[in-house]
Amino acid sequence: MTNSIINASLAQLSQMLASKQVSSVELTQAFLTRIQQHNPTINAYIALDNEKTLAQAQAADARIAAGDAEALTGIPFAQKDIFCAKGWKTTCGSKMLANFVAPYDAHVISQFDAVGAVNLGKTNMDEFAMGSSNETSYFGGVKNPWDFDRVPGGSSGGSAAAVAARLCAAATGTDTGGSIRQPASLCGFTGLKPTYGLVSRYGMIAFASSLDQAGPMAKSAEDCALMMNVMAGFDARDSTSLDRPKEDYTRGLSAVTGSQPLKGLRVGLPKEYFATGLDAGVSKVVQDAIAEYRKLGAEMVDISLPNSQLSIPVYYVLAPAEASSNLSRYDGVRYGHRTAEYDDLLDMYMKSRAEGFGAEVKRRILIGTYVLSAGYYDAYYLKAQQIRRLIAQDFTEAFKQCDVIMGPTAPSTAFKAGEKADDPVAMYLQDVYTIATNLAGLPGMSIPAGFSNGLPVGLQIIGNYFDEARMLDVAHAYQQVTDWHQAMPKGIE
Amino acid sequence: MEWEVVIGLETHTQLKTNTKIFSGASTTYGAEPNTQACEVSIALPGVLPVLNKQAVECAIKFGLAIDAEIAPRSVFARKNYFYPDLPKGYQISQYELPVVGKGKLTIQVPATKHSEAYEKTIHITRAHLEEDAGKSVHGAVEGMSGIDLNRAGTPLLEIVTEPDMRSAAEAVAYAKKLHELVQWIDICDGNMQEGSFRCDVNVSVRPKGSDKLGTRREIKNLNSFKFMQQAIEYEAQWQIDTLEDGGKIQQATVLFNPDTGETRAMRSKEEANDYRYFPDPDLLPLAVSEADKARVKALMPELPEAMKARFEAQHGLSSYDAATLTASRDTADYFTAVVQAGAEAKPAANWVMGALSAKLNAEEKTIQASPVSAVQLAQLLKRIQDNTISNNAAKQVFDALWAAEGDVDAIIAAKGLKQESDSGAIEAIVDEVLAANPAMVEEFKAGKEKAFNALVGQAMKASKGKANPAQVNEILKKKLS
Amino acid sequence: MALNIEDIQRIAYLARIEINEQEAATTLTKLSGILGLIEQMQAVNTEGIAPMSHSQDLTQRLREDVVTQTNQREAFQAIAPLTESGLYLVPKVIE
Repeated sequence: MTNSIINASLAQLSQMLASKQVSSVELTQAFLTRIQQHNPTINAYIALDNEKTLAQAQAADARIAAGDAEALTGIPFAQKDIFCAKGWKTTCGSKMLANFVAPYDAHVISQFDAVGAVNLGKTNMDEFAMGSSNETSYFGGVKNPWDFDRVPGGSSGGSAAAVAARLCAAATGTDTGGSIRQPASLCGFTGLKPTYGLVSRYGMIAFASSLDQAGPMAKSAEDCALMMNVMAGFDARDSTSLDRPKEDYTRGLSAVTGSQPLKGLRVGLPKEYFATGLDAGVSKVVQDAIAEYRKLGAEMVDISLPNSQLSIPVYYVLAPAEASSNLSRYDGVRYGHRTAEYDDLLDMYMKSRAEGFGAEVKRRILIGTYVLSAGYYDAYYLKAQQIRRLIAQDFTEAFKQCDVIMGPTAPSTAFKAGEKADDPVAMYLQDVYTIATNLAGLPGMSIPAGFSNGLPVGLQIIGNYFDEARMLDVAHAYQQVTDWHQAMPKGIE
Repeated sequence: MEWEVVIGLETHTQLKTNTKIFSGASTTYGAEPNTQACEVSIALPGVLPVLNKQAVECAIKFGLAIDAEIAPRSVFARKNYFYPDLPKGYQISQYELPVVGKGKLTIQVPATKHSEAYEKTIHITRAHLEEDAGKSVHGAVEGMSGIDLNRAGTPLLEIVTEPDMRSAAEAVAYAKKLHELVQWIDICDGNMQEGSFRCDVNVSVRPKGSDKLGTRREIKNLNSFKFMQQAIEYEAQWQIDTLEDGGKIQQATVLFNPDTGETRAMRSKEEANDYRYFPDPDLLPLAVSEADKARVKALMPELPEAMKARFEAQHGLSSYDAATLTASRDTADYFTAVVQAGAEAKPAANWVMGALSAKLNAEEKTIQASPVSAVQLAQLLKRIQDNTISNNAAKQVFDALWAAEGDVDAIIAAKGLKQESDSGAIEAIVDEVLAANPAMVEEFKAGKEKAFNALVGQAMKASKGKANPAQVNEILKKKLS
Repeated sequence: MALNIEDIQRIAYLARIEINEQEAATTLTKLSGILGLIEQMQAVNTEGIAPMSHSQDLTQRLREDVVTQTNQREAFQAIAPLTESGLYLVPKVIE
């Protein structure tokens, strides 16, 4: 039974639960057993609480028995440790919050709770979501289930490994510059970063507020659509939450049928995304995927995003600037790490923060502090905000010519642990294709498109604002005719 | 050398709201420490700010009241610095684009021994919305400070003036006028003891005639007008003395010590203040439309300036009287109530500014707590108007009303203060007086006007003060002609 | 705009992160690398372009002035490093 459970889609699991083929407790227990078995190696989860988890499963079973079930009732999910969950240790991958038990629920957590979903545990991540390999986590790196010597990507590395290794039915992630999509590409699953403002940031520990966005990490587009139905929606507690009517993200999926379901779809191929810096193996996989899309009826359009090469410099001004301010609250006064011995207030601040933050987080705080400091603001921060507009305008122009944009998600497949850990600039280039969408606030997703040297490669699909449903249809069409998304790493059956 | 003192004020007014500026935590004063410090107030990881509508309305009201431009779009920024009473490590404030732009306020500077009273217009540079910090409590635990975040996030409107004031008296007159205005338009409770209205005063001096500003020092957190006066006078003199001794003024923040009456510079640990302001990504630009302004305007009471003009036009009051009566909303409301209850405006004004005000001052009572109600005072004035009692008798009635001895007519009856208006009786008294004082009559006839007044006095005395003086006058005139 | 070691010390102080000399030197190298990446921006002419703070051109929503929060001091202070009589304790603050 286990294999049919762990590889099942969310819709299938829902069906199995509804027909009492399996109970939520059994389903949850099956994943907990797998976690117990594989997590010591993979290190995907950093907080587990079987008692709490099984209590939720029991409650879900009661709800199902009462005929009060919703699509995701009773299904076990992994939650990125960036979301505050009441009574759960919520660390954001940092020593600073190593003992922080959240006293309230993030909006995303409440949304999953409200539909009776089960929380399997909190997943590992780069410290404060700053990283592309999960190596900056205070709780250690995460192994890529496809090759234990390699990183799963980041920052949502724990969620990524949990999805790929089938240690959950699906997981949540957050994406500030690519933290859902790059790990999706490196671990071979489907991940969606929605339009900025669709998913409330309340209770999601801030990295760069104007870029952070939560989204689903799952096996298929269909699964992502079901999760979006739960995650997206207006929340009055987040001033940047968009007050829009509720959408059903699965609405178009069933219409994706026939031999050319995407006839009439214009797919933009930005020339800048296929230039130097892209790994040849990755390029080949992406080209093959594009060929497949042609077969599905899509029409390819050459487009240009002329300012896209500036997205990394702009991001590494804006994100650290916002982060430097967002992370000022960690001062050892009200919660979090306080140094053991200190002479005075200043000493307490300086030591608590020096001890509580890891090297990459400190680097970004320092960069952010620098670009905002007197005399540098205009040259760095203001300039970056101006170029941010140019980057967003590139997309506005592009979407006059096409409906979706496609290209690689990451420039390479999963790299070896330690390979880039000491070279921040090389690490930052991992997000070269993903960052621009965060800057523009656009939705982007990554779907498995094949393998290069045995490692997964993702195809990125970028949509216009609020066009998630169409993107999911486009991804679903591909997943109807390919089975890359069903591939499972060996050795963890 | 003659010196000129140059003063500008920054005033933090705590806005009258139920909840904090960015969260639904209560702002009630005096709660147990940290019981009103919600997840947003203590800046838990992941929390976010949402702007309070009432705070915005207060800012719009103030902008309208000082005839300022209200920004159609203003921006909240983060002011970054570390302090234990600042939970986020930044204060959300408005920096480049404040909600209220340039405005003005006309102040009345009272007369002194050396100068007459005068009016002056003070220019307001801007007013912006921001959040208050928490409080540090000392002494609870040896060597430690306790942090209470109940106040953290309380909405403030910071009101900044141009350096328009030239004396402590002008600064205090401005502060008092502003203090009254914010209460008048009901955006602040004005409670200075509780810190609802706090002034920072920038003081510099320069040689008279110079148009260059001197280096300023900022006196922080003055919470009474008396201290403000003392602090500015001390600080200005200190700066003048320093300069005359060949010294230089260093820009500094100073504190006023009420016990010594002196100002002293704060330990300047702030050498490298670099607040790294940037637009808060958690908040969107604040939009105020014409419709918003119109809606708020409709909620506003008549403003003091408009009311003053109306009192002059409608009631024929002097500019001075009208200004005095509109110096505070409570006084204006009281006066209006007296007139509405049927009293004539001019005597009502005289009584409110005279007897009532004197008595309130003597007993340190506010006009709201006056033992004599507006309706009672109106009743009293009506009895003067209809000649039931004289002005002198009215003072006795007023004192009795103050002592809660009953209503106006009962007091008049009980004290036998009703004045004699029977012309027959008055005529008899006048005849007696004329008969008893032939010398005075002669003097009057010889052209000495004074003698007439003396005869009136005699008649009033003979009536034991109860005769209607106007009638006495009239009858006496007739008899002597 | 080349960074020097004093810049590192200054921004570390502003950010309240203790940093020893050796760390400062390493940090200088790494931050200089990152700033090199960022310098690419300077080649772009951005004259007249409005800065973009948010991806959507929207304005702030306002919250009704109604108390929605209750006292949770006990729960919040259960995770605090040091409290006494409901106060968060810190080394003495001197003005």
